[in-house]
Amino acid sequence: MSALAARRRHPAALLIVLIFAMAVLGGLYAVLAPKSADAAEATANSGQITAGRQLFISNCASCHGSNAAGGPAGPSLVGVGAASVDFQVGTGRMPLQQPGVQAQRANKPQFTQAEINQLAAYVASLGTGPAVPPSQYTNGGGNIAKGGELFRVNCAMCHNFAGSGGALTRGKYAPSLMDVSGKHVYEAMLTGPQSMPVFNDTNLSPQDKKDIISYLKNVKEEPSQGGHNLGLFGPVPEGMFAWTIGIGILIGAAVWLGRKAA
Amino acid sequence: MTTSRPADDLRKDDKRDEPKGNGGPAGAIANWVDERTGAAKGARFLMKKVFPDHWSFMLGEIAMYSLIILLLTGTFLTFWFVPSMGETVYNGSYVPLKGVQMSEAFKSTVNISMDVRGGLLIRQIHHWAALLFLVSIMLHMARVFFTGAFRKPREINWIIGLLLFMLAMVEGFAGYSLPDDLLSGTGIRAAEGFMLSIPVIGSYVASLVFGGGFPGEAIIPRLFTVHVLLLPAIIVGLFTAHIILVMVHKHTQYPGPGRTNKNVVGFPLMPVYTAKAGGFFFIVFGVTALISGLVTINPIWMYGPYEPTMVTAGSQPDWYMGFADGALRLLPGRLEFTLLEHTFVFNVFIGAILLIPLMWTAMGIYPFLEKWVTGDNEEHHLLDRPRNAPTRTGIGMAFFVFYFVLFFAAGNDLMAIKLHLSINDITWAFRILTFLGPVMAFWITKRLCLSLQRRDRDLVLHGRETGRIIRTAEGRFFEAHEPLNRYQRWPLVSFASHAPVSLPAGIDRNGVRRRKAAADKMRVRLSHFFFNDRIEPVTPAELEAAHHHDEPVREEIDHTVEEARRLEGDDFGGKLHGGAEELSSSSAYGHPDQR
Ligand code: HEC
Ligand code: HEC
Ligand code: HEM
Repeated sequence: MSALAARRRHPAALLIVLIFAMAVLGGLYAVLAPKSADAAEATANSGQITAGRQLFISNCASCHGSNAAGGPAGPSLVGVGAASVDFQVGTGRMPLQQPGVQAQRANKPQFTQAEINQLAAYVASLGTGPAVPPSQYTNGGGNIAKGGELFRVNCAMCHNFAGSGGALTRGKYAPSLMDVSGKHVYEAMLTGPQSMPVFNDTNLSPQDKKDIISYLKNVKEEPSQGGHNLGLFGPVPEGMFAWTIGIGILIGAAVWLGRKAA
Repeated sequence: MTTSRPADDLRKDDKRDEPKGNGGPAGAIANWVDERTGAAKGARFLMKKVFPDHWSFMLGEIAMYSLIILLLTGTFLTFWFVPSMGETVYNGSYVPLKGVQMSEAFKSTVNISMDVRGGLLIRQIHHWAALLFLVSIMLHMARVFFTGAFRKPREINWIIGLLLFMLAMVEGFAGYSLPDDLLSGTGIRAAEGFMLSIPVIGSYVASLVFGGGFPGEAIIPRLFTVHVLLLPAIIVGLFTAHIILVMVHKHTQYPGPGRTNKNVVGFPLMPVYTAKAGGFFFIVFGVTALISGLVTINPIWMYGPYEPTMVTAGSQPDWYMGFADGALRLLPGRLEFTLLEHTFVFNVFIGAILLIPLMWTAMGIYPFLEKWVTGDNEEHHLLDRPRNAPTRTGIGMAFFVFYFVLFFAAGNDLMAIKLHLSINDITWAFRILTFLGPVMAFWITKRLCLSLQRRDRDLVLHGRETGRIIRTAEGRFFEAHEPLNRYQRWPLVSFASHAPVSLPAGIDRNGVRRRKAAADKMRVRLSHFFFNDRIEPVTPAELEAAHHHDEPVREEIDHTVEEARRLEGDDFGGKLHGGAEELSSSSAYGHPDQR
């Protein structure tokens, strides 16, 4: 592990970042509060960008370079857009914990949504890229049936029919989509993290993406019609069940009957 | 009877046929049938049949009951299932599929699941029963193999069993394909690929089966006929033959006191065994129904309808086809090559087309191979304890390990995500295990059997360690070994151990009988492979000698034995319950009337 990385992992680092972020936020509030909406946004943006840049330098630059133009251990972020940052940092993949075949999703992102917005604003300012999607497309409420079809055509080959996940080559995998927020699903399609292809708006219109998100929401919420669903992985767990519990009970009964004298 | 002719008086003392038995209405009906068919004789023959009791004998019964469950629930499903690939749009009650294009077959299966009362339960019972059917068939086969129940006179039944196993697999695959969902459609797609991989004639075979290009409109209706008519008929036919042969041969039994090659110790079919078996049927049905009520199987409404453009991660067949799928996953792509402008896809062909016939041939040949090697022409109605046939048991384990390596390889993708490993590494590990696993399994199993046999010998010769220390008059210490009584000893000494055969005399290397000589040499080599390492059963002389050797503590031991006898009750008669059936001395399967 490089010395830089070691320092970044120091427990105090997070504290310093937090204090810094709070200072920036406090300062921003003082500056922004009394102004008119339009001007506020412009300044907010530039304020956010500066704050984001600061965050970036202390957390991401070690890999992505101080200008996010690519560094020793990370690609250039110029033009990846706010959506990519929001997805990568929001799902806890970035800052990368350890190099490996694939960045892992973390249960808790390392930054608050406000900080993520700042980072996103900073990266977005470097070059045009996909923006964070508006919530009207990410909250569900679309056509489930259509979304299901689109999902089976475009996503099931990697993520499995119910979004339970699937394996790719050499330790890479398409993760389960069951606990992913609608916004992150949308951003994943938009930005295509790592081995996943990009589904831009000509491949899948925003309405299509909304339908897919609604479908996934339904899979998660729908009651399991036939009893326990064994994880929705298809025939493998079913076979395992038959070979263990199923035949186990029957053999148990056979042994019991065999013991019982007439 | 109401006429009053004088002649009637003359007849009033006549014997009449009518009120023969007094079995009530049931007896009357049975009588009516018997007088017209002579069925009673056969029934009496059946009812007197004696069946031995052991849980492992009930594995076949689980298969039988599962088959009955499948026939019942399958018939129910045909009432609603529409075997057609005609396109339609779903408009039923399951919202997530509303307005989706699908085939009639898929739509009707969704309807069975969502709208037919009890339909989903029946579908799930049908499918769970199918899985359990094949699990029990396989375990039943394993029991037959490891106990040597396939030996003369039961070779034909072994072959019938193998056919049943294979047909059940095909039947399951056909049924699994009927709903035309995303997963099974992928399976049919793969099956088409398998056919195409047959050298030279592949494309003709595929277009014949599919009635043109893939998927066409024909495959589901054809599979339907195969699934509900053709294969069930053959399976039921073979199954009947299977059962009749069991009746004719009589059931085998494990070695034990009072059990010989000439009898069967157990319960008569009527009433004890029938009651037990009937009870067991309800247990199997009940457990299957319970599982089906609690655990989803094949949720086709979540898979969605099949479209040739779609596929899902984790596409696997049902477990019983897993080993073939695994073989496909393991075969390296390098086996695909082009020769004379033909592409040969041996990486598919070997796993998908050759594997099953090869494995089944190997299993089918085994009884004959073993008979040839041992030269044993006896009838066997007493089972081997697996340890007493170490090489056979080793071969069986090697075969099972081979099978299960392939089987688990079919889940390599799920292992990769669950264990966070690379699917490539897993695949390589399985490739190595395919070859290494069976060899290791053979060696370990054989050694294990031999040491178990050695322990049996020890037990017979020196008795059971009691943990009691005895001090003799001179102050020497012994651990008291308690000899086995006759009944405990019996199963440990009553087995045959074959010695390796040597080259028969009179066959020279340049004689006319050269080819026969080669076969003989082969036989000698195999015989050595089978029987070089072997443990002989204890002979009475050895037993005598051993007791002599243990003389210093003999008296103590004798005392202990007395005690044990008193406690355990040496009187075997009390333990022999049910009944014993004599087999005719010449043959076990003579005509029932001769007995
Ligand atoms: C330890 C090194 C490391 C650190 C620290 C790190 N990253 Fe990354 N990042 C990578 C690597 C490597 C990739 C490319 C491979 C991947 O996506 O996993 C990447 C990819 C990304 C991408 C996706 C780029 C694209 O093409 O869409 C974004 C966005 C990103 N990082 C943002 C960040 C942000 C923001 C931070 C700081 C909070 C950060 N990263 C910290 C190593 C790092
Ligand atoms: C070629 C295979 C592939 C296809 C097709 C694909 N994905 Fe992915 N997807 C991946 C991989 C690999 C990842 C993991 C990326 C990472 O960890 O950075 C992923 C990650 C995701 C994530 C993030 C999950 C998380 O744990 O945060 C979402 C959401 C997602 N995919 C949705 C989709 C949707 C929706 C589609 C269809 C429109 C789709 N994917 C199609 C391979 C695929
Ligand atoms: C040897 C025994 C049999 C086996 C192993 C077997 C296996 C299967 C399997 C695995 C399925 C897929 C079920 C699903 O949708 O999840 C199936 C479907 C079906 N089976 Fe069978 N089956 C057997 C006998 C029969 C018989 C005897 C009939 C009819 C007389 C029958 C009628 C059907 C029908 C109509 C379907 C399609 C409907 C559906 O999938 O819901 N089956 N079978």
